Amino acid sequence: MSMDLTAARERLSWQGVSLGVMAMVASAALVIANDRTREPIAKAEAADMQASLSQVLPDGFADNDLLKDTVELSEADGSKKLIYRARKAGVVNGAVFRTSARGYAGEIIVLVGVDAQGTLLGARVVKHSETPGLGDKIEIAKAKWILDFNGKSFDNLPPAKWAVKKDGGVFDQFAGATITPRAVVKAVKGGLEFFSANRAKILDGSAS
Amino acid sequence: MNVRQTFRDGLWEQNVVLTQMLALCPAMAVTTSGTNGLGMGLATTAVLIAANTLVASIRHLVSPQVRIPIFVVLIASLVTLVDMALNAWMHDLYKVLGLFIALIVVNCAILGRAEAYASKNGVLASALDGLAMGLGFTFALTLIGLIRELLGGGTLFAQASLLLGKSFAFLEITVVPDYGGMLLMILPPGGFLVLGFLLAAKRAWELRQKAAPVAVSPAPTFPTAA
Repeated sequence: MSMDLTAARERLSWQGVSLGVMAMVASAALVIANDRTREPIAKAEAADMQASLSQVLPDGFADNDLLKDTVELSEADGSKKLIYRARKAGVVNGAVFRTSARGYAGEIIVLVGVDAQGTLLGARVVKHSETPGLGDKIEIAKAKWILDFNGKSFDNLPPAKWAVKKDGGVFDQFAGATITPRAVVKAVKGGLEFFSANRAKILDGSAS
Repeated sequence: MNVRQTFRDGLWEQNVVLTQMLALCPAMAVTTSGTNGLGMGLATTAVLIAANTLVASIRHLVSPQVRIPIFVVLIASLVTLVDMALNAWMHDLYKVLGLFIALIVVNCAILGRAEAYASKNGVLASALDGLAMGLGFTFALTLIGLIRELLGGGTLFAQASLLLGKSFAFLEITVVPDYGGMLLMILPPGGFLVLGFLLAAKRAWELRQKAAPVAVSPAPTFPTAA
């Protein structure tokens, strides 16, 4: 048996076929796994989203299911942005949405919660690929830095001051990592600008 | 199959990072802290065991001429499957290890072990080799991470509880309070510096080990095959 295999392995057809079979088995396994994991992954991500949504809004701020109360608006560059609306007794009193900016290593995605007056209720970095131990202080798990945004708005902090201290703003940079906090500040500022530009549309309580 | 020798090789004599100098890309990239090194090491160990087992079990079917693409497809699919399964069913663990799992795809140590060991040895021996090599990798990465973390930030195992759970919070030690930090050690050059000094230290130690007994008795250090 072993001798047969040794001889067979030397044949050119065996090599081609074995490679093909391997690729087929691998793709089949991936397709099946993708199919089986799609729903659990979507569910887990929805749970994550729910958890992050409740992090950027104070307790008891909204009494609706934000995941189901969404409206899609187009941004200045034409891309779509999904807005989760917070309501209290049916009246829209705030919104949660993602905003992003390019960091040191790829896109940093920040989830921000804003009240009807355009004041930040909270911000959380939900995705980034910054340097571990250096740029990752933007995560709430690693540092309290991101809480600096709470309660800030264009009314109590002029747009020019929305920058890290090195650039003449009010937000701390990290030792050795300026690009990362600069990007987060830019993302949050961009989010507020987006909110004020689309305020009427977001606060309009009618169904999307 | 010599279990003792397998572990000696994996942990020290043939250590993936410190001797074979493989997998330096993930070794440099994630070892900014002991915790990160440990996480990457453990995730790699799991994949190494699985990859070695699979490769060893199909080794008679694979022609030497096409073995590399077959192993690459096998390992890449395996890592992707682990990634998806973790994301779906162990989501909390995935949030911590997700970063490392994606990096394992580019880990040449896994292909290296498949090529150098698993394609020539039995399933059990290969699984054991994967475990030993993985533990050696974990040891090297954790060591590099701890040194960089200590010099760079003055802490040991910072945020270990995020990786291992709340009960491991005792591992987190601040060695030097209010330490200003030495950024160089956290940045990539620090990784190369620490690795360089570790390699030199290992070489020096081995040379001394070798020199001492040879002077007394000229017994061969390595047993010959004959």
